[in-house]
Amino acid sequence: MNTLTVNGVRHTLDLDPSTPLLYALRNQLELNGAKFGCGLGQCGACTVLLDDQPVFGCLTPMAACEGRSVRTIEGLGNAEHPGPMQASFIKHQAAQCGYCIAGMVMRAQALLEQNPQPNQAQIRAHMEPNLCRCGTHMRIIAAISEVALSRQVKPRSKP
Amino acid sequence: MKRTTWIWAGGALAAGCVAAAAWMLQPSIAAVAPPSPAEFEPAAIARGARVVAQGDCMVCHTAKGGEPYAGGLALRTPFGTIYTTNITPDAATGIGGWSLAAFTRALRHGVARDGHLLYPAFPYIHYTRMSTADIGDAYAYLMTRAPVAARAPDNELIFPLGFRPLLAGWNLLYLRPGPESDDAAQSVEWNRGRYLVDGAGHCASCHSTLDPIGGERSPAFSGGNIDGWDAPALTALLHAPKPWTREQLALYLRHGWSPDHGAAAGPMSPVAHSLSQAPAEDAEAMATYLMSLQAPAAPAATPAPPAGPQTAQVMQGQTLFNGACASCHGAAAPMMAAGGRPPLSLSGAVAGASPDNLIQTMLNGIPWTHPQPSTFMPAFAASLNDAQIASIAAYLRADAGRRPAWTGLEKRVADLRKENQP
Amino acid sequence: MTETVDLRRRAMLGAGVLVVGFSLLPQRARAEFNAMGVPAVANKALAGSLKTNPMLDAWIKIAPDGKATVFTGKVELGTGVRTALLQIAAEQLDLSPAAITFITGDTGRTPNEGYTAGSHTIADSGTALLHAAAQVRALLVQGAAARLKVDAAKLVTRNGVVIAPDGRSMHYGEAVRGVDLHRTAQVKSPLKDASSYSVIGRSLPRVDIPAKLTGGASYVQDLRLPHMVHARVVRPPAYGARLLSADIAGVQRMPGVLKVLVDGNYLAVVARDEWQCILAMRALSAGAKWAGGPPLPDAANIHATLRALPAQDITVENKKGATVAAALTLKNRYTKQYVLHGSIGPSCAVAHLADGHLTVWTHTQGVYPLRAAIAEMLSMPLDAVRCIHTEGSGCYGQNGADDVAADAALIARAMPGLPVRVQLMRDQENQWEPYAPAISSELSASLDASGKICDWHYELWSGSHNERPGNAGKLIPAQLLAKPFTPSPSEPMPLPEGGGDRNAAPLYAFANSKVMNHFLPKTPLRTSAMRSLGAHLNLFAIEGMMDELAAAAHADPVAFRLRHMEDARARDVINRAARQFGWDQRKRRPDHGFGFAFGQYKNLMAYVALAVEIKVDRSTGAVHILRVTAAVDCGQGVSPDGIRNQVEGGILQSASWTLYERLQFGPEGIASVDWASYPIMRYSNVPAKVDVILIDRPGTPFLGVAEAAQGPMAGALGNALADATGKRLRDLPLAGAHLMS
Repeated sequence: MNTLTVNGVRHTLDLDPSTPLLYALRNQLELNGAKFGCGLGQCGACTVLLDDQPVFGCLTPMAACEGRSVRTIEGLGNAEHPGPMQASFIKHQAAQCGYCIAGMVMRAQALLEQNPQPNQAQIRAHMEPNLCRCGTHMRIIAAISEVALSRQVKPRSKP
Repeated sequence: MKRTTWIWAGGALAAGCVAAAAWMLQPSIAAVAPPSPAEFEPAAIARGARVVAQGDCMVCHTAKGGEPYAGGLALRTPFGTIYTTNITPDAATGIGGWSLAAFTRALRHGVARDGHLLYPAFPYIHYTRMSTADIGDAYAYLMTRAPVAARAPDNELIFPLGFRPLLAGWNLLYLRPGPESDDAAQSVEWNRGRYLVDGAGHCASCHSTLDPIGGERSPAFSGGNIDGWDAPALTALLHAPKPWTREQLALYLRHGWSPDHGAAAGPMSPVAHSLSQAPAEDAEAMATYLMSLQAPAAPAATPAPPAGPQTAQVMQGQTLFNGACASCHGAAAPMMAAGGRPPLSLSGAVAGASPDNLIQTMLNGIPWTHPQPSTFMPAFAASLNDAQIASIAAYLRADAGRRPAWTGLEKRVADLRKENQP
Repeated sequence: MTETVDLRRRAMLGAGVLVVGFSLLPQRARAEFNAMGVPAVANKALAGSLKTNPMLDAWIKIAPDGKATVFTGKVELGTGVRTALLQIAAEQLDLSPAAITFITGDTGRTPNEGYTAGSHTIADSGTALLHAAAQVRALLVQGAAARLKVDAAKLVTRNGVVIAPDGRSMHYGEAVRGVDLHRTAQVKSPLKDASSYSVIGRSLPRVDIPAKLTGGASYVQDLRLPHMVHARVVRPPAYGARLLSADIAGVQRMPGVLKVLVDGNYLAVVARDEWQCILAMRALSAGAKWAGGPPLPDAANIHATLRALPAQDITVENKKGATVAAALTLKNRYTKQYVLHGSIGPSCAVAHLADGHLTVWTHTQGVYPLRAAIAEMLSMPLDAVRCIHTEGSGCYGQNGADDVAADAALIARAMPGLPVRVQLMRDQENQWEPYAPAISSELSASLDASGKICDWHYELWSGSHNERPGNAGKLIPAQLLAKPFTPSPSEPMPLPEGGGDRNAAPLYAFANSKVMNHFLPKTPLRTSAMRSLGAHLNLFAIEGMMDELAAAAHADPVAFRLRHMEDARARDVINRAARQFGWDQRKRRPDHGFGFAFGQYKNLMAYVALAVEIKVDRSTGAVHILRVTAAVDCGQGVSPDGIRNQVEGGILQSASWTLYERLQFGPEGIASVDWASYPIMRYSNVPAKVDVILIDRPGTPFLGVAEAAQGPMAGALGNALADATGKRLRDLPLAGAHLMS
């Protein structure tokens, strides 16, 4: 049995402990945000926050998540009440197929929680692990920049 | 003591001081106007690119995210932090005002244009072996780079090492200026390989043990430590689970991985990336020379440790491996099956006496050398804690067999993680 | 998501005998599908896809509460067409988009519009909806007129309500009573004047984006059905490999495994839990032994290999005008390597066989052709199979979507009653998708004494750009079965749209111009359509040659193009892009380069001109794209921001292909199994600034725009690199160690 805290809620799951977090989130908890893109840690479509750090959900086994806190895009807000990052992405229409976007949002969220005022170069460097095949990067950077300017994401203390 | 003895002692001391002063206080070479790129022949610049790739100058002289050769990279040494200098041809902040004579003196003698002594973090004790032609070509290459105005931060060295003239003494001990002559008994390729390894390649800078004042110990290539990573002994290549061959070593140097051993990681991966820009014959020559230095293979009499029941740590490691690692490192994984990568049991990081390189690889991954196809591994520092990384290391060690288990893994992971903090 | 099929509607699609009783017709009737997979034209005078689907209620239904359901045979691939088509319908219907339920490609519910491809959606489906909606609105007005006893000409509509001059009103749900929408569309429609548009031409926020940003179920990957099981396939290690043995019994015993399928060279495993399934797949793959197939050619001389293959010679253009003496002739060769679609989410499908009916949820581009292929593969009647489009990640052409749908169908047949979800792994998507073909071309062009182009001769060699199913043999799983299906022979795509020869004929006005396409029907790697098809390489070549000729004529590249361009709209985008970029004010700086290019997609669709400024780092070979300015004319723009989004995306994607992308392969097989072995653009290479300017032309026909930037961006980058380095490169990808100096 594994206990997993996701978006503030504690879950007890009976899973093979080698199960990557991505599948526990999608299948057992039915959360759609984190996606399977490669399963190899090369594309970032599965990016979620683990104890406030961006990690690849596809390569983080349940056995490594015991007692730790996971945050997914569902924890930032919903369609009626989106969080600041989500609202900015919607405002900038920062999505084409949208498959990469939940991973992008979580990676960006981690950046602003650690560095509330990143410059352009820092944003780009931080987002490097995440791929977008549709070429939506310009809007994603614009959306993140606007959230940074608005100071709506509160910094969290570094681990 | 007799008066004559005092006079002799005093005279010797005075002579020593004069000699040291001659070393300490080097004359300034007049600054020149930055040469125009048109002054250099394209062929010389192209040859220079090869020399600079052999020397991996860009690796140290480029800060993370910085312009090439503009310096500013922090080198953490046991003596403090040294920031690399700007070697672009900028007149004010780089080497734009350096004549070929000044550049040559820096490589051969560790002296800057204005006469101050350079810290041996810059491996001039190796570059001194380079031929005049190669130094001239490297100069042509560097002087035709894009000039960048950038000044490195001040060094932060333990007192009194900030006092550069002390280096004169160090140089007396460790600097043997000038090229070595060829060994007529050896092949052209062997001599070329030694020239590259001992000269521009400066392999011994990392792969040799250093004495307390930072000089390389003899015998060379006994193994060293750099930035928290082990630089393995280059004389023990036949002791690997699958003994190295010249072919495998040449492939490794050029491509950053070998089909029998795995990928270069940590400080070695930028070196391989740099060498990939030199022709294959350079890596092959270096491999030929290095393979001639080998201690014989360990006798087969060393028994494999008995396979006992799996410990809880090893079992936990296997579970974590299946979820975190097997998508690349499992037997049927595409990287293995289609990519021809070796199993981890053949990796030097798994077979080594110390678990440090394996731990560092798991913590840091291997970064993209983008946008070329490259070896890449994600970092696990954020997703796996010390105990988890330790258990995976224990599992891989046990699974490879043939070597005794490591002890104190969890503490070692914690220590390395702390050392890695900026 | 599951809907029952309206059999009554199917029986009443009486317009064409072909459509009624389709399932009764023998297989050869399905060959009536043309290359775009659509049925035969019922009335060519009708607008857009009304030609093939003329019944109004196939497109629009009005419910008693006044809300509408609108149907399109096209599908949302991530381009935003769901929203754009919705806008068109909402505008002409005079109904709020929020009051419309919009249904996309579903063989059980929607018209057959073939494939969503070729930038045809707005032109074909949008035009059909534009007209159908206008005609439905007119019918609703007539229905209200009859009930209100008012002259129809005096009624107005606003937001779903018909309003009489005296203030009485009736919402559409009432107005539709007594109106039979089950009728053929008219040739002419009472369209609203474009100047009165309040929805078309606005950037309506895309209706699908909020869910994608908040974890809503948006993709086929998110589909969860009761009792659904998970499946994974094991593909052969290379084309043509034969399965010798596999440890079926061992894998069968693994936790959660329900079934292991072996059928010839086809291997799959089904399990309750997805991770259990992946572990079983790994074991099945590790234990399988294969005999190798025929070796692939060497990548190093692939173009020589391809050119030696049998070819079908197609004359694209052969214009002979007055012969003028050539003062100078340039002759160049251009090449492009195989390029991976590289969908960020590997393909996925869900299938459910229950009571003799198979439902497949799939991100295919063509639900109807796919249905025919799956029905053939399973020997099922057509109307027992239903394909429902459910979004996947961007496909950019034919990726693994159809293959994995076939996997799901095959496995569902082996697990009757249980929905089966199949997800391809990254390496499976990479190794088995049909690539963008490797293309080579030769171009020879001459200037006369006055510096004008007097002769133009272009030839290209390319494999197939269309391997889409219609025929079961085009599906990889069907090829692997013990009784394999054979793919139908590859056909060139007909002009004027073309395949490898798309945009091979320049839009510039030359007195003499000869363009030939050497179509290679059989090539060693599996290939098919990828966004813009031949236009990417052809425009790279054409626009590169234009710059080389301009230099030889001592002319500015933009002025030189204008000198040869008669098309007024082309001249407009060229001038606009140049002006907005500040082309005439560009300043020479070391290692910097400027490039310009133009293309009208297919010489029929959207016009794009763009200018780029780049910087090359000679020490590393890195190419920094500093800024891109594009001017776009796609006729009546439906959603300006949607268009800009697509063009920005096309610019970045084309930059990635043009600078970095080449498939790695060798005799043993496809080596590009992941992103490390097939790097694409990352944030570190993304341009610093991209500006897209739209030239809106209200009321004019919709011109397809989604693929229009690929070719011009390649041309502009080639020109900018030549400007920056002084060396002209003609072999894609352009970046690499050779840029170091």
